[in-house]
This record gives sequence, structure tokens and C-alpha cells, in this order.
Amino acid sequence: MTEAAGQVGNQIAASRPAAPAGSWIAALWRHAIWLIAALVFACLPLLFRSGTALTMMSLMGIMIIFALSYNMLLGQTGLLSFGHAVYYGLGAFFVVHAMNAIIRAKLPIPLPVMPLLGGIAGLAFAIIFGSVSTRRGGTAFAMISLGLAELVASSSLILRGFFGGEEGITTNRTRLLRVFDWNFGPQIQVYYLIAAWCLICMIAMYALTRTPFGRMCNAVRENPERIEFIGCSRTFVRFLAFCLAGFFAGVAGALAAINFEIVNASYVGLQQSGIVLLAAYIGGTGHFIGPALGAILVTYLQIMLSDVTEIWQLYFGLMFIAVVMFAPGGLAGLLMMHAPLLRARVLRLLAVPYVLLGAAASIVGVGAIVIVELTHRLVVKTTEGTVMHLFGISINAAAAGPWLIAAVLTAGGALLMRAAWPMAAHAFSDATAAVQTGERS
Amino acid sequence: MESPRHPPRKRAATSPRKRGEVRSAAEKLVLELILISTLNGVLFGMLLFLMASGLTLIFSMMGVLNFAHASFYMLGAFFGFQISRYVGFWPALVIAPLLVGVIGALVERYGLRNVHRHGHVAELLFTFGLAFVIEEVVQMIWGKAPVDYRIPALLDFTAFTVFSTNYPAYKLFMLLISIGIFIVLLAVLTRTRVGLIIQASLTHPNMVAMLGHNVPRVFMLVFGLGCALAAVAGVIAGPALVTQSNMAGLLGPILFVVVVVGGLGSLPGAFVASLLIGLIQTFAVSVNASLADLFGAIGLTLDARSPFADLWNVTVAQIAPVIPYLLLVLILALRPTGLFGTRET
Repeated sequence: MTEAAGQVGNQIAASRPAAPAGSWIAALWRHAIWLIAALVFACLPLLFRSGTALTMMSLMGIMIIFALSYNMLLGQTGLLSFGHAVYYGLGAFFVVHAMNAIIRAKLPIPLPVMPLLGGIAGLAFAIIFGSVSTRRGGTAFAMISLGLAELVASSSLILRGFFGGEEGITTNRTRLLRVFDWNFGPQIQVYYLIAAWCLICMIAMYALTRTPFGRMCNAVRENPERIEFIGCSRTFVRFLAFCLAGFFAGVAGALAAINFEIVNASYVGLQQSGIVLLAAYIGGTGHFIGPALGAILVTYLQIMLSDVTEIWQLYFGLMFIAVVMFAPGGLAGLLMMHAPLLRARVLRLLAVPYVLLGAAASIVGVGAIVIVELTHRLVVKTTEGTVMHLFGISINAAAAGPWLIAAVLTAGGALLMRAAWPMAAHAFSDATAAVQTGERS
Repeated sequence: MESPRHPPRKRAATSPRKRGEVRSAAEKLVLELILISTLNGVLFGMLLFLMASGLTLIFSMMGVLNFAHASFYMLGAFFGFQISRYVGFWPALVIAPLLVGVIGALVERYGLRNVHRHGHVAELLFTFGLAFVIEEVVQMIWGKAPVDYRIPALLDFTAFTVFSTNYPAYKLFMLLISIGIFIVLLAVLTRTRVGLIIQASLTHPNMVAMLGHNVPRVFMLVFGLGCALAAVAGVIAGPALVTQSNMAGLLGPILFVVVVVGGLGSLPGAFVASLLIGLIQTFAVSVNASLADLFGAIGLTLDARSPFADLWNVTVAQIAPVIPYLLLVLILALRPTGLFGTRET
């Protein structure tokens, strides 16, 4: 996974256009991707007008920043943290308190700069906690981050004055200084605020990966001992990466606080830290864009799945395990694996095996979902009767028929998958080999 | 705690004889507290060690912390509850750990072993996801509310009475079981052939394989054994504590504290750290003093209006859940190998 990231990095470095320095068209071309991203962010609300979509896109923007900041640790520097929500949550709490103070004192500070304050709060706490935790990498770092996360989460329930106990602390985003007559009451204005900050943070974090410091982070991930030999301190590189990640997490937390206008103890909780880890890993930690993909997917699933089924978290966990077991590169890893094939236009060779594999996987998925949902109905929701609706069909969970069909689907699908998997793997390696020989000749 | 200060203790009456009586009553109270807290602390510590020993063995083998270890403890408790409803507590005490052990072995064989080639982070994340899924499954089957897992009637009596506290026989039974398992484990690991092979596989897996032993199978068995030990802890702790779907989430992090503080991969370290944390937790819960009381004793008054009022008025009992994590951070900052560890984590 990490090797793949390095390779792709090299490829990007190698394929950089050799434009004459100072040519602004070339510069524009190089940064076209960000212009496109800005355009997409600007146009999305025109495409998806409903309130739900707007809220969802706002949450996605927040999650993208949060997941990308997490990946500065896990993907870039190789630090597995179980407590990244600490900086997210503390950023959110500081911003809410600051907003309330500004409203009380009527200070002339507009809302759009508040995320910066959240970032600074996140940075400050990252400096404090990072100085303790980044002295070690690997498992020790993971354990300290877990300990610190528990520490902060437990304190958040004890120190009621600051954290507001279980009901949390509320604020009002519309009562700060107005600029351009935007009061940030309507969700659309908040969306644009989040989108703007999301874009700024994405560019900043991407730029960071292109600096010598970003490369040092990768080196610390790959081989910490060698870093010491070239005269750098791995501890310091880790510390710096940790602080910067804390900063961006604080920005994300501040945006979340502005979006919801309430913060409570769950912001700093372990659940939040777990979600961001899931998002980053499912998206793929080996590529810069991976966590952003993961953030979009996870946010979408969180909102859509929780509408469809009560046990969405179970599916969530199963999906995570499947990614860890079968696609450790995440979504981005899977997509990037096929990039050379796409360029060589041999992707069609894979169509048939992939369709077969997809069909088999869907059959297993449907069978497993039916079994899980039937069990759920019979065991948990016994009071609501045994008749339920699944995929638009009315099913009696107490009858043997549905169980039998589900079992046959799952078992048959699994057998099909066992047959289709080697086919797909062969097709992939054949296509890759063909591309490589084509390049050589 | 809403009231910032505790009401001043009632002054003892002026008569010297009466004052003496009061003092001896107070001394009795303290003595009682110390005795009961020590017993409870050792009990909690031994329960922790039942789990920490498996976790430590698994870590020494695979170099990966099993995030789902506390989930196997929870599975043990719920299986124990379900099985004891049909065939009674005593068969459940044997069947539930066996079942959980088999599940653990299957997880190792078909899950972890496949993930192993993707590296340690992937393994850790696999167990993280597993913990998540097990919690969801338990919630799906048994719901979020605590289940009615009762102490067996045979042990539902008072073992002895210290001053005014009745000490239940079931707690003594828990203590005996965990100490018994500890001794058996120690004997098996150090005195038997199987134990020697396990110990050798921890440090020199290749050499053991050369000698004709199936090392992956040893790993699978140890993983299963570790999970079964956690399940024993679950079956016996279930009736005494609360059997609920969040019990893994509550205990899991403390378990990590134990193995890290003791020194990753060190069984004696895990033993000492278990007892230490068990005792600290139990004693902290019974101390009802706060920083404000401390400052009050040296003449500084801090009340609800002073800055950081929350911080000064929190009692030791309230921060008891936080103490293990403070200890963890301290230990890792000062002595990264843990108390008895030989390797830097």
C-alpha cells in the first residue's frame, strides 16, 4: 500500500510538464484540478437543491477536511492514531465559546474566520499532547493516542463548565458581524463557507505533501532509522506532522460547530475518532485523494443507511473488515491500480471477469443482508410482527422459505465468487503484463 | 457533585470517653474500607489479568494488539448468560469459553492470517473492525439494555462480614477461579511440553518450524486459548458486574493500559500492572476528596465562583476512570518499555 503510494508519487514527479518557468498558462494548467474542484463545489448546490442534499454536502465537506488531516498522520507519516477527534472536538468547543464571547462583547469579527480559531485551538492542543505522544511511533503511539483520547473524553464528562455536560453548549452563528450581508442563517450560505474552507484546506494539505517536509514525513513512515542517519530527527518530523494534522482537525471541528450550532461531549469521543479512521482507511490511505473519497462515502452511508435500516453500523463494520482484508489500499488504491490499464486502453479485457465477480459479490451481499435483517426482525423487533419489507418485497420472517432462499443465495454466491476471483485476478495480471510489454517494445 | 464543599464533619462530643469511641468507630470504618477495597482491588486485578494474559500472549506471538480482546470477554458473558438459562451456570462456565475459544481460533485462521501479509497496521485495524462488528451483533441479538444474568443460587450467600460489610461468596469464587487459572496457566507454560513449544514459538518461530512443529497451528491455538481465557473472565464477571453491550467498550481501553504499563509482551508485567490498576481503581472510587478540600486544608478557599471551579471540585472518586490513562501516558512518557518490558514498543 505504502509502496504503491511512493510509486505514484514518483510517477507524478516524473510526469510533471517541463514548461518554462514563469509561464502562467502552464502554471494554470498544472493547477487546473483545483479550479475544477472549485467549480464543482460552486455548482453542486445548483444540481442538488433539496435540504437533505445540502446538509449532506456540508457534512461531507467537513468530513473531507477531517479525514485528510487524519491521513497526514496515518497515510503520510505512518502514525496510527485512535484519538484524532480530540483536536476536532476541542477546536469545536473553543470556537463555540469564542463565538458566544464575541456575541456578548459585540466584537467586530465575522463568522468566516472562526475556523481559523478552531484550527489554532487544535494546533495548541496538538502541541501539548504531541510533545508527549510523538516521541514513539508504531504501537506505542497508537496506545498513547488512545489513552489521551480516553483522558479527554472522560474529562469532558467531568468538567461541565467548559464542555457543557451531556446537553452540550449551543451558539448562534447568525449573530456575528455580517459581511456582504450574509448572516449564515440559511444552510446554503453555511455550505459555501464549508466548501471554501474545504478547498483551502485541501490545497494546503496537498501542497504540504509536495514540500521537502512532506517527503520527510513519507521517509519517516518508510524507514525511521535512516532518517536519523541523514541528520534529521524523526521525533521532530512526527511532532510537526502531528501538530499540522491537529490544526486541520481543529478547522474541521470548528466548521462542524458552525454547522450544527451545538457541541457536546460526543465530539471528542472515541466513536468520532473511529469514524475518521474508518473513512480514511476505506477511502485509501496510500493516495492523497483517498480519504476524501472515503469521507464522501462514509458520510453518505451514515445518512442514507441509517434511514433504511437500524443496524447500519453492523454493515459499516463488515464493510470496513472487507476493505482491510481484501483491498488494503482502499477505494483509491483499487481505482489507481487500474489507472495504467485505462491509459493503455486495455480496461475492456477486464470487463467480463469483473462483471462476473460483481454479480457474485452482489448475490452474496443480498443473501447476507436478508439473513441479517431476518434475524434482526425475529430477535429484536418481535413486537412488530414477523412480516417485513425488504428490497420492496413483503417477507414473513417466521416462514422457512425466505431463510432457505437467503441461505442458497449466500452459499451459491460464495461459490461463484470463489470461481470468479481467480478469473478476475488472472485477467488483471494478464492485462498488466500486456501493458508492460507494450511499454518496453 | 453539585455542592462545592462537603458539609463539615460533625464535631465529636466533648466527653473524652465518647470521643474515643467515635475515633475507634472512624478507625473501624477506615480499616473496613481498606480491607474491602483491597479484596475488591485484587479481585478486579485478577479478572484483568485473566484477559491481559491472553492479550499479552497474542501480542508476543503476532506482534499485534488484539483490539477485539475485550469483545471476546463480552461474548463470554453473553454466551454464559444464554447458556446458563438452558443448562445452568456450571455447564455454561465450561461451554461458553470453549465456544468463544473456537470462534477466536476461526477468526485467527480465516481472518487475521490473511491480513497478516498486509502488515501490522492492517492487522490492528482488522481487530478494530472486528470489535465494532461484535458489539453490533451483540446489540442486535441481546439489545442495548443490560440482561438479567444472575449469580448462581449455590453461591448466593454472604461469605463473611467485615464490621458492617457483607462480602458475597460469589466474589470469593471469582477470586479463586482467577487465581486457579493463573496457576494452571503458569504451570502449563513453564512445566509442560506444550508450554515449552509455545514459549519457543514466541521468540524463535522459524526454529520451531524447522523442528517439525506446525507453528501457524500453535498460533491459532494460542489465539483461541487467549480468547477462551477472556471468555472465562466474562462468564464469571457477568453476574457480578453488568452484562451489557457496552461492556467491551468500557473495559477494552483499560486492558490496553494494563498490557502497555506492564510492558508489551511481558506476562509478569501484565500481572503486576493488572493488580496495580485493579487496586488503584478500587481505592480511587472510595476516596471522596477533591483539590478544593486539599487547598481548604492549607487555608486556601476555592468555591464555585473561582476560575476552573470544575477542576478544583472534582473528587478523586469522580476521576477514578481517568487515572489508568494518566498512568499510561506517564509511564510511556517516562519509561517507554513499560514496567517489565524488554522491548521498546
